[in-house]
Amino acid sequence: MRIVTFVKYVPDAAGDRTFESDNTVDRSVDGLLSELDEYAVEEALKIADGDKKGTEVIALTVGPDDAVDAVRKSLQMGANKGVHICDDSLEASCAVGTAKTLAAAVKVVEEEEGPVDLIITGLSSTDGAMSVVPVMVAELLGRPAATQASHLEVAGGVAKIRRDGDTASQYVEVPLPALVSVTDQINEPRYPSFKGIMAAKRKPLDEYDIEELGLDAGEVGAAGATTEVVTLTERPPRTAGEVITDEGEGGNQLVEWLASKKLV
Amino acid sequence: MSEVLVLVDHVDGDVRKSTFELLTAAKALGEPTALFIGDAAQGEAAAAKLGEYGAEKVLVASDPAYDEFLVGPKAELLAELISTRQPAGVLVPASAEGKEIAGLAAIKTGSGILTDATGVAEGFVATQSVFAGGYTVESKVTRGTPIIAIKPNSVAAEPAAGAAAVESVSFAPSDAAKAARITATEEKPASGRPQLTEAATVVSGGRGTGGDFAPVEALADALGAAVGASRAAVDADWYPHSAQVGQTGKTVSPQLYVACGISGAIQHRAGMQTSKNIVAINKDEEAPIFELADFGVVGDLFTVLPQATDAINARK
Ligand SMILES: Cc1cc2nc3c(=O)[nH]c(=O)nc-3n(C[C@H](O)[C@H](O)[C@H](O)COP(=O)(O)OP(=O)(O)OC[C@H]3O[C@@H](n4cnc5c(N)ncnc54)[C@H](O)[C@@H]3O)c2cc1C
Ligand SMILES: Nc1ncnc2c1ncn2[C@@H]1O[C@H](COP(=O)(O)O)[C@@H](O)[C@H]1O
Repeated sequence: MRIVTFVKYVPDAAGDRTFESDNTVDRSVDGLLSELDEYAVEEALKIADGDKKGTEVIALTVGPDDAVDAVRKSLQMGANKGVHICDDSLEASCAVGTAKTLAAAVKVVEEEEGPVDLIITGLSSTDGAMSVVPVMVAELLGRPAATQASHLEVAGGVAKIRRDGDTASQYVEVPLPALVSVTDQINEPRYPSFKGIMAAKRKPLDEYDIEELGLDAGEVGAAGATTEVVTLTERPPRTAGEVITDEGEGGNQLVEWLASKKLV
Repeated sequence: MSEVLVLVDHVDGDVRKSTFELLTAAKALGEPTALFIGDAAQGEAAAAKLGEYGAEKVLVASDPAYDEFLVGPKAELLAELISTRQPAGVLVPASAEGKEIAGLAAIKTGSGILTDATGVAEGFVATQSVFAGGYTVESKVTRGTPIIAIKPNSVAAEPAAGAAAVESVSFAPSDAAKAARITATEEKPASGRPQLTEAATVVSGGRGTGGDFAPVEALADALGAAVGASRAAVDADWYPHSAQVGQTGKTVSPQLYVACGISGAIQHRAGMQTSKNIVAINKDEEAPIFELADFGVVGDLFTVLPQATDAINARK
């Protein structure tokens, strides 16, 4: 089997996330592999670990130069090969542009390596957090998508997932080739071992620009964007609220405050 | 006036509050048409209620495929309606399903999509809160039909009379849309509390509960609130994942959010920072949640919560 996992490089949520003067996300700050995509990598590796006939795991990212770190981390975890789509004209892509790029990249991987049976993605990126790219890519590739999997089983050319909703759990089946997005409930991502880190240095890592993907610069990036930022305002620091220390009346004081706000 | 399509969120015909909020937002932008996907009789029954919030038309689309498969058939229908009716814009609830339907419809119709909006203004300019509330962004769709997913509790639903003329839509989903088959469904026992993302009040518990959610639930019930949890509480199996608030759980924007024994990690804040009023109860005065709180109590939740619960019940 061949699995491609989508791994996004995102600004560190613990650092100062800001915007550039052109209203695009400032990607010069420290970044990392989006934590939610670690679950996608882990799930692919689990399938590979359990497959005696051999499963190849390819980690794919679309992003600026630094984004290669997301692929490297995936290689350190155990992915076999990395693909980095990097092109200046991709800057300021909207979700549609990113999806088009990822879909085109999957096609190139298929030309180079052979058929891709399964695409595994995270639930959402930790910066954009739209949760729409996975279904969009599936649509562009004409493949079924089984999203929000908290359990995945692949056998006999079928992917079976469980997704846990508010009022019910659903069991869903899709025929391969397919795309599956996974939640953080699905597994416990492994840490790269020292051996893994060393081995990653020798693993193949291909880089493509958009021309090599057969995409036109007008379809992606700022030129192809389907949305546009009109205004951007940094939220004024929240005016410090009232903080009291409980000296026996804390609960009552809380209710008085709620009453003053007409919340009870 | 131009038509604004609103995707109705309902459970067996019971229309969710977020739909009325979408209708109110749509009314400010044009003439609301509600799209009810589901059982025909339930759709007709729901029409009156949709009319009370300004729906001029109610399109009812029924097909067994809508229940048997994931979002494919619904998205195909929405895309078809966008192409044939050419609405000025489309509003959907920013639920996981709503966003997927919107994303697919965007690709199928060559449109742009904006998700998790906290409001929409004239010209379909959407307001979004990003980077855990650090920035407020106003954006618009520049290609195709604007498709905007709005977060529940962002717009106050206002009654407005609409004709609610029912029109049934006949559309047969393609085989390609019928690929992700739902083979079984296991219902979860109902908690009897309001739905988390829609509730006007949410009381959440974290690691500080030590696994005892009784005081959190008692306060929630006194306030008529939904119960939420931090990931630490969910990971410890103290509360179900469906109650998790945060980046990898639910995003909530209630009138009142009460965080009990929750430190306020960035990933938790990402899910609750747009709440109108935030209250925190935490033993540690240094806890970052106090930076967000409109009212904070430094204290033990096991004494503060029961006292507050009693005081609320005494006022009733
Ligand atoms: C990829 C990723 C995604 C994540 N997604 C989420 C998410 O969606 N939601 C989420 O919540 N977290 C998420 N997290 C985890 C997050 O980083 C924190 O670890 C988590 O929110 C901490 O939960 P907590 O506040 O309950 O626990 P802690 O941080 O341990 O805080 C417990 C608090 O309780 C207080 N306390 C203890 N005893 C009492 C008492 N008796 N009375 C009052 N206060 C008391 C303590 O002072 C402390 O401040 C995510 C992390 C990662 C890496
Ligand atoms: N630039 C990117 N490169 C690689 N994968 C991505 C990229 N953007 C999104 N994805 C994948 O799509 C998922 C959902 O992203 P989003 O729709 O942005 O929330 C992520 O968890 C990734 O697996």
